[in-house]
Amino acid sequence: MRISPPLAGEELTRRLETTFDVEFTFHKVGHLVAILAPLERDTQDFILDLVDRIASTNIQISYEFTRRVVEALDRLDRRVIEAWAVHAMDTYDQVGLRPALEVLFKVDDFLTHAHARAAGAFFHEVQPVLSSFLCGLSGRRLDLKEGEQVYTDSERLFLPNVMALMESEADNFLLCKAQVTFMWAQTRFGSARVDFAGVLSRYPDPDQALAAFQALDSLRLDICLARELPGLWRDMQGLSRRHGDAAIPAGWLSFTAVLNRDPAVPETALALLDTAYVLEPPAARVYQARLNPPAIAAAREARLERETILLRVKLAKLAEEQRRKAPAAPPDPSEERRTPPPAQFEAKPEGLGWELTLDDQPIAPPEDVKQLLTSIALDWGEIPPEMLVAAGDGEYDAARYEVKEKDPNEVWQGTYHLEGAHLYPEWDFARQHYRKNWCVLREIDLEPGDPAYVAEVIAKHQGLVKHLRRTFEAMRDESKLLKRQPQGDDVDIDALVEALADARDGREMSEQLFMQRHRADRNLAVMFMVDMSGSTKGWINDAERESLIMLCESLETLGDRYAIHGFSGTTRKRCEIYRIKTFDQAYDAGVKARIAGIVPREYTRMGVAIRHLAKRLNEVEAKTKLLITLSDGKPDDYFDSYRGQYGIEDTRQALFEARRSGIHPFCITIDREGKAYLPHMYGHANWVEIDEVRKLPLKVADIYRRLTS
Amino acid sequence: MESIQSPTEAHFITQEPYYEPVGNEVTLFEAAYANRLPVLLKGPTGCGKTRFMEYMAWRLKRPLITVSCHDDLTTSDLVGRYLVKGGETTWVDGPLTRAVRAGGICYLDEIVEARKDTMVVIHPLADDRRMMPIEKLGQLLEASPDFCLAISYNPGYQSVLKELKQSTRQRFVALSFDYPKPELEARIIRHETGLDEAATAKLLKLAEMTRNLKGNGLEEGASTRLLVHAGKLIAQGVEARAACQGAVALALTDDEDLIAAVNELIAALF
Ligand SMILES: Nc1ncnc2c1ncn2[C@@H]1O[C@H](COP(=O)(O)OP(=O)(O)O)[C@@H](O)[C@H]1O
Ligand SMILES: [Mg+2]
Repeated sequence: MRISPPLAGEELTRRLETTFDVEFTFHKVGHLVAILAPLERDTQDFILDLVDRIASTNIQISYEFTRRVVEALDRLDRRVIEAWAVHAMDTYDQVGLRPALEVLFKVDDFLTHAHARAAGAFFHEVQPVLSSFLCGLSGRRLDLKEGEQVYTDSERLFLPNVMALMESEADNFLLCKAQVTFMWAQTRFGSARVDFAGVLSRYPDPDQALAAFQALDSLRLDICLARELPGLWRDMQGLSRRHGDAAIPAGWLSFTAVLNRDPAVPETALALLDTAYVLEPPAARVYQARLNPPAIAAAREARLERETILLRVKLAKLAEEQRRKAPAAPPDPSEERRTPPPAQFEAKPEGLGWELTLDDQPIAPPEDVKQLLTSIALDWGEIPPEMLVAAGDGEYDAARYEVKEKDPNEVWQGTYHLEGAHLYPEWDFARQHYRKNWCVLREIDLEPGDPAYVAEVIAKHQGLVKHLRRTFEAMRDESKLLKRQPQGDDVDIDALVEALADARDGREMSEQLFMQRHRADRNLAVMFMVDMSGSTKGWINDAERESLIMLCESLETLGDRYAIHGFSGTTRKRCEIYRIKTFDQAYDAGVKARIAGIVPREYTRMGVAIRHLAKRLNEVEAKTKLLITLSDGKPDDYFDSYRGQYGIEDTRQALFEARRSGIHPFCITIDREGKAYLPHMYGHANWVEIDEVRKLPLKVADIYRRLTS
Repeated sequence: MESIQSPTEAHFITQEPYYEPVGNEVTLFEAAYANRLPVLLKGPTGCGKTRFMEYMAWRLKRPLITVSCHDDLTTSDLVGRYLVKGGETTWVDGPLTRAVRAGGICYLDEIVEARKDTMVVIHPLADDRRMMPIEKLGQLLEASPDFCLAISYNPGYQSVLKELKQSTRQRFVALSFDYPKPELEARIIRHETGLDEAATAKLLKLAEMTRNLKGNGLEEGASTRLLVHAGKLIAQGVEARAACQGAVALALTDDEDLIAAVNELIAALF
C-alpha cells in the first residue's frame, strides 16, 4: 500500500482558510497549521474530515475543535473523538453555541461521561420497552417520563436521561427495569396511599421518620417483589451485589418476619415505625427509588376528586342502560311521585378485573370503569361504598374532568411548545449524521374549500376521467385471470383446443384446461402527500388538485385504500401536515371540499413530511404500500439551510428510510423545467414529471401497474 | 398432477375430547342442533372454539369436517369442482358438500377470512331452506337432517373489508367465547400440559400481563392455546424463559420493542 505524503503547510493553510471562511471570520489559522503539519497524512485526513463536517454546522465550534483535537488524539481513539465532535454538534442543536463550546473545552468531562455514553442506558432507548413492560404489570396506568431524579408521584415514573451507575450496558438496562418495577410496587402495594403528612408529624424529627419508613417499606416491597416477580427479584439481587450494596443490618432484617405476614399493605410497615424510628436506617439498595411525599400528595389530591366524580358519572350511565334493558317493574302507586334512589353498585376484585353488581345483577364494567376502580382501590385500599353511588342528574359536569385531547391549533397559540407534537430527526449531509429531534410536526385538519370545485374539475376533464376509469378498470380485471390452470371456474378454450389436437395426434392430453379468476382482494394502500408550499402558487397548485381528483376517481374504481395529506410549514419548529382524507374516511363531500381547500401556504420541508406519512402508512396493514408525492419538486424552507443540497439530501435519506420500511415512494412532479436532482432523490424509475394534467393518466396508470403487479 | 386436498379433516371422533365447559355453550349448541339452526362461534383465537367443536361432534356422534378459511378460499373449494384426468372429467365434492350429503358437522373456521363470494352458498344453507346449490352440476342439494353448519369469527380483527354482514349473522345462533376464568384456565393448562400448580400460576400471570397490553401495542393477549404451547415446552424440559419467549412473545407480535417488553415480563416472572 502506498502511503500518501502528509499535506504541507501551504495546502493546510488553504484548506483551513476555506473551511473557516477567514475572510469574514478573521480566524487565525497559523498555529493550527503548525499543529497539523507534523501529523501523518492519514491522521490529517481524519481530522480535516471532521473539521469540515463540524464547520457545516458552526465554524466557531469547528475552530475550537481543531485547536484541541491533536492533544485529545494522544489519549482517545478515533471513535471517541468522533463521538465527542458529534456530541458538541448535538449540544449546539439543542442548546446553542456556549454549551457546545463547553463540551469542547471540557474534554475530561466528556470522557467521564464517555462511560455513560458507552455503557449507559439512555432514556429514549429504554422508554419504549419499559413503558410496555410497565403496562403489562397490573394496576393503575403509569407513565414513564424523563426526569432529574428517580421517583414516582403515583401516576408518573421518572428515570434519568442516562443511567450509568453500573459497569455494563446490560446491567444499566436491568437497573432501569428494576427501578421501574420498584416504583410500580410503590403504587401497586400502597406506599403511595400513606398519609405522609399525618404520619410523619407524629415524630419529633419527620425526616428521620421518613427515612425509617422508607427503609421498612423497601423491605416490605422487596418481599412483595420476591413473591410476585421471582425472576426479576433474582436479577435484582445480582444487580445489588454487583453494585456493592451493603448487607442489611441484622436489626432491620429482624423486621422481615413481621412484614412477611401481610406485605401487600403499607399498614404492616407503619405498625413497625415506632420501633424502627430509633434505629440507624440502612443505605438504600441501588434499585430502591426514594419516596417523594410532596409529589405523591399533589398527584393524589388532584386525582381523588376527578376519579370519584368520573366513576360516579359513568356508573350513572351504566345504571341507566341497565334500567332500559330490564323489563319495567309494575308501577307501585305509592311510589309514583318519588324519584328512585340513586343506584348503589357493589364492586369486588375478580381475576383480572372487577365484578360489578347492581341490585345483585352482574354488569360487565367497560374498560374505563375498570381502570377507575383499579386506581381508586389503590388510593383507598378498597372502594369506599359512597363512591359506588351513581351520580344524580346534573350533579357534576363530568366533561370538566375528562382528559381532553389538545387541539393542535390551540397549542400553536402562545409560546412554542412540544405538547401534542411529533419529533423527527433530520439528516445533515455535511455532518454525515442525523440531527436529533430536529423537526416539530403537527397534524391539523385542513379547512374545507369550495364544495363545488371537484364536480367542476370532473366536468372539465370528463374525457380524461372516463379514460382513466377505463384504464384502471382494465387494470383491476387484468391481474386476475390465470390461464391454463388444472382447476378453475371457466374452461380455457385455447388450452382445450390444443389439448384436443394433442389427443387426436396420440400425444398426452394436458390437464391444465381451466381459467382461474384470481380474485384475491387487492391488498394495497396508497398515501398521497401533497405539496402545499408557497412555490406551488398558481398553475402548479391547480394541477396538483386536478391530478389528485383524477387519481381519487381512479382509485375509487379499484377499491384500493388511500389517504391524502398536505404538507407545509415554516422552519423546523413548525412543520405541518394537513389531513385531507384518512384511510378510514370515504371519498365524500367533506373530503372533496378539503381537496378544494388545498392552497399554497408556506415552505417545503419534505423530509419530515415523508417520515411522518411513512409512519402513518406503516400503521396500515397492506401488502403493497405506496407513498406518492405531488409536488413541484423543490424542497426548501424559510431562511434556513433546507434550501439546496441539504434539503435534497435529507429528502433522499427520508425516502431511503421509507423504502427500507417496505414502502414504495413515488413522485409526481409538476413543473415545466426538468430537474437533475429528482432521480437522485427518488431513483430513476420512481418519478415522473408532467407539465399538464392531461399527461397524468398515461404515466400514472403505467407506473401504478408496474408497482402493483 | 397437483394435489387438490383442501385443509379438511373428516372423521367421527371416537374418543371423548377433553373440554371444559365455560358456560352454557354445550346446552345451547345441542338445542341449536336439535332445531337445525346454524351456529356462530365468536371469540378470539385460541380460546377453545375448535376444541369445543370436536367435543360437540363427539357428543352428537356426527362426523366433523373442519375448513380453515383463508383469503384464497373460493366457493369451488367448498362446493367441489370438475377435474380432468386422462381426458376424463370427474366431479369431486368439496368438504361442505360432503358434510351436507353425509349429515356431518361442517365447521368453517375464521369465516371472515374467506372470500365474499362464498357467502352465496352459505346463505341458503344457513336459513330454513337448508339447501345447497351446486351450479356446476345444475343441482340443488337438500341438506341431510343431521347436517349442521358452524362458523367462527374473531371480532378482534378490525378489518374494514371483512366484517361479517348483518344478513349473514342474523341467521345464526351465536355462542360467545372468551378466555376462561383463571381457575378454569389453570385447570385446562394443567390437564393439557401436566405442569404443577406453581408453574401453571406463572403462566397465568404471564397471560394476564400480556392481556394488559391488549390495545396498548398488542392486538391480542396470550391465548389459552399459547399458554398450553408454552406449558408443553416447559413440561418437556425446555427452560421456562426460553419456552415462553418462543411460544408466547414471538407468537404475539413482530414489533421489536414489544417483543422485548414481553420478554422482560417473562424474565420478571420466571
Ligand atoms: N374450554 C376448554 N377446554 C379444554 N381445552 C381448552 C379450552 N379452551 C382452550 N383450550 C385449550 O386451548 C387450545 C386452543 O384452543 P382452540 O380450540 O384451538 O382455539 P380456537 O379454535 O378458539 O382458536 C386447545 O388445544 C386446548 O388445549
Ligand atoms: Mg382454531
